[in-house]
Amino acid sequence: MAMDESVRKAILGAVPSLRAFAISLCGNVDRADDLVQETLLRALANIDSFQPGTNMSAWLFTILRNHFRSEYRKRRREVEDSDGHYAETLKTQPEQYGQVEYREFREALAQLPQDQREALVLVGASGFSYEEAANICGCAVGTIKSRVNRARTRLAELMHVNSAEDFGPDEQVRAVLAGGE
Amino acid sequence: MNERKPVGQQNPIESAANRKRTGAKPAKLGRDVQARLGQQLRAMYDDVVNQGVPDRFTEILHRLEANGSSKDGH
Repeated sequence: MAMDESVRKAILGAVPSLRAFAISLCGNVDRADDLVQETLLRALANIDSFQPGTNMSAWLFTILRNHFRSEYRKRRREVEDSDGHYAETLKTQPEQYGQVEYREFREALAQLPQDQREALVLVGASGFSYEEAANICGCAVGTIKSRVNRARTRLAELMHVNSAEDFGPDEQVRAVLAGGE
Repeated sequence: MNERKPVGQQNPIESAANRKRTGAKPAKLGRDVQARLGQQLRAMYDDVVNQGVPDRFTEILHRLEANGSSKDGH
């Protein structure tokens, strides 16, 4: 079946967000782009199983997430990878998101357990509802909610923030960066 | 409940998660902290989103589309 123009547009439209999600999962831009590429190839090979009218983005996120999980498990066996290793990877790539202002936040995010990190990103950044995030992760809505809550609490602990005022230093960095542009 | 009340106006970039929090147990975190964490998360994420679609992905789709068409005999 030749690809419908609208399908192609929907897939391309999802790519920027897929990349952002992939980077949050694997903590490495090159690896994330490979992950997105593998996701697109899988999606296109199985495009007939996509239900027209349903959410293309959620479908692609599901493929990417499942693919990452299986690859991650494989790699973990190979090199004894772990979330700790992931965090180390991030620390050696300070330019990861291109902005020094996110360093502290990024490092805290990297220390979250994978389940919590993906739930937080899907709901808090990708804009999925709890229901959509639960479908993508193949778990119950309540599970997603509790993961997101735990992720937020843990992030605040890791960043030592108890109130909005504690974000002060980051704000200063932000202001300096904004002023330098 | 020791949930902090937001002082003054809520940030306009209120997280989608907060909007959908109905039914969830109130988090221990103050809403202001949650909002700020959400803001940082989205700022970081949107930095990547704003990079758009790298050429390699556009090329893959074009290439596969061409292959698909030829297979169909077009």
